[in-house]
Amino acid sequence: MSKPKVFEKPVGVKDYLPEAVTKLRNIEFRVLACMERWGYTQIITPTLEYYDTVGVASSTEDKKLFKLLDRKGNTLVLRSEMTAPIARVASSLLREYAFPLRLSYHSNVFRAIEEEAGRDSEFFQTGVELIGDASSEADAEVVALAIASLQAAGVGTFKIALGHVGFLNGLFQETLEGRLGDQQTLKEHLLNRDYVGYREAIQALALPEEVERELIGVLRLRGGDEICAQARMVSQHPIAQDAIRHLCEVWDVLKAYGVSEHVVIDLTMIGDFSYYTGMTFEGYAAELGFPVCSGGRYDNLLSQFGRPAPATGFALKTNRILEVIGKETVDQPARVLIAYDAEHREEALKRAIGTRESGSAAVITQLVTDKAAWTEALHKRDDGQYELQGAVYKEIINLIR
Amino acid sequence: MEDILKVAMPKGRIYKQAAKLFHKAGLPIPEDLEEGRRLIIPVPEARMEFILAKPVDVPTYVEYGVADIGVVGKDVLMEENRNVYELLDLGIARCRMSVIGLPDWKPVINPRVATKYPNVASQYFREQGQQVEVIKLNGSIELAPLIGLADRIVDMVETGQTLKENGLVEQEEIFQITSRLIANRVSYRMKNDSIQRLCDMLQAVLPVAGKI
Repeated sequence: MSKPKVFEKPVGVKDYLPEAVTKLRNIEFRVLACMERWGYTQIITPTLEYYDTVGVASSTEDKKLFKLLDRKGNTLVLRSEMTAPIARVASSLLREYAFPLRLSYHSNVFRAIEEEAGRDSEFFQTGVELIGDASSEADAEVVALAIASLQAAGVGTFKIALGHVGFLNGLFQETLEGRLGDQQTLKEHLLNRDYVGYREAIQALALPEEVERELIGVLRLRGGDEICAQARMVSQHPIAQDAIRHLCEVWDVLKAYGVSEHVVIDLTMIGDFSYYTGMTFEGYAAELGFPVCSGGRYDNLLSQFGRPAPATGFALKTNRILEVIGKETVDQPARVLIAYDAEHREEALKRAIGTRESGSAAVITQLVTDKAAWTEALHKRDDGQYELQGAVYKEIINLIR
Repeated sequence: MEDILKVAMPKGRIYKQAAKLFHKAGLPIPEDLEEGRRLIIPVPEARMEFILAKPVDVPTYVEYGVADIGVVGKDVLMEENRNVYELLDLGIARCRMSVIGLPDWKPVINPRVATKYPNVASQYFREQGQQVEVIKLNGSIELAPLIGLADRIVDMVETGQTLKENGLVEQEEIFQITSRLIANRVSYRMKNDSIQRLCDMLQAVLPVAGKI
């Protein structure tokens, strides 16, 4: 590549201008406040972590990690998500704190992603981790909080799809006993959302017709709690039965929360099998092509940091939410302009202090040397506000004599 | 009531076959659009809107969610590797992706392969344990071995007529190609009812092989 031009920045990173920042901060503030009301306290972890600890433990693919070397030659990573760093903190600094831990975060995270518009290398996540509680109540709490957070952020229409990795694990172990390679192939097709490939792979296995119909029928296990009843009939394998029982419990709790209208059960939705161990979910907003939140249960992560514990959580993709609600206009803080000449400098600065102390208004003072030109440049708008050189003021205090 | 379903359709070869299939399934999409220049065709009675796109762009539209679903060849899906749901094999526009060379082809020390599908070609030869230099071309791929730009090509073969006329032979088939129905990750959930209904309607008129 040729030397970058002065206006260019690395691929995948973004500048946020004042209006966007105001919106982003609003979302972040409202969501964190919501999480706080649910008893989650915020923590901050470093941008850099060791590759061998957090890097290896994280759910991010190795090739998507930004890696660098420190002065001693250790490999470092830019954090790619917040769950692994929080697991590290929960197992070390918070070791003496009793479970369950309820932690929240808002943070930028980094992924080395193909050069393509719409895929950021740096983006924002706001989320929670609930550590040390294996119950379905805990899973439901996290899903209900995700719903409350989306509402707090201002996302109007959304849906949460709820699945469980145990169902397919059990079903495949039952129908394809001992055939690990075949199980893996089918899982990969589902993970890649390739239903055609999934059906072809099943047909190629030459299974009894009934089993074949059962495996293909999985693709239709999507809907409300009637799906739980249907899924119970599909596989008698204990792992699958446990998964469905757990999922039904989560559903019942969500019903008690009064939020089940936002949730659909989807047993084909699977997260990364090597990372998630139980319930998984994803949130979708109308008018946006990419999910706005994702989460699930990961009971094996903390043992990698020496404090084995069940855990569940989710992350909101804050800048995706900004895309959904970014079209709303926000009120910029009203500003007062104090114009003065050299003789009135002291008075102007005093008035500025007074205005600032009075609270909401931001104050700009301006030394005017050419009164005629200044008066010429100032326009009063129809809405009663003033405009000067492209900026808008709610009030002008004129101290020029 | 769910919103209108936006469908990305590939212009050209596949369009007519896809339109015929949609018709058979009872969806009133115009069968002849090629003369018109309109790129967006609303079909309000079916609560659908058809977007006409260059075939290779269909998965992009669907991944970004500007189209909810789309019809696209497996060749494009394999090459573009987009994050979309592949819901149905429509069984139309059937052909194959193949390695092609001159009849007297012999292995060379530094093999060069010309293709419109660099990702497909690279992946295939890697799986075969061969390191090849891949040259991306945009058309008339058959020329490459004839004029010595590459010793082999990777391309789509429908009838084999073009190959025969240029004195080329098909060496290996890489995979079978048909058109697929794909869906956006979010639309598949937010508009699941309409998408599932469309799937069922199409499936009802497909040959048995593709059925659930």
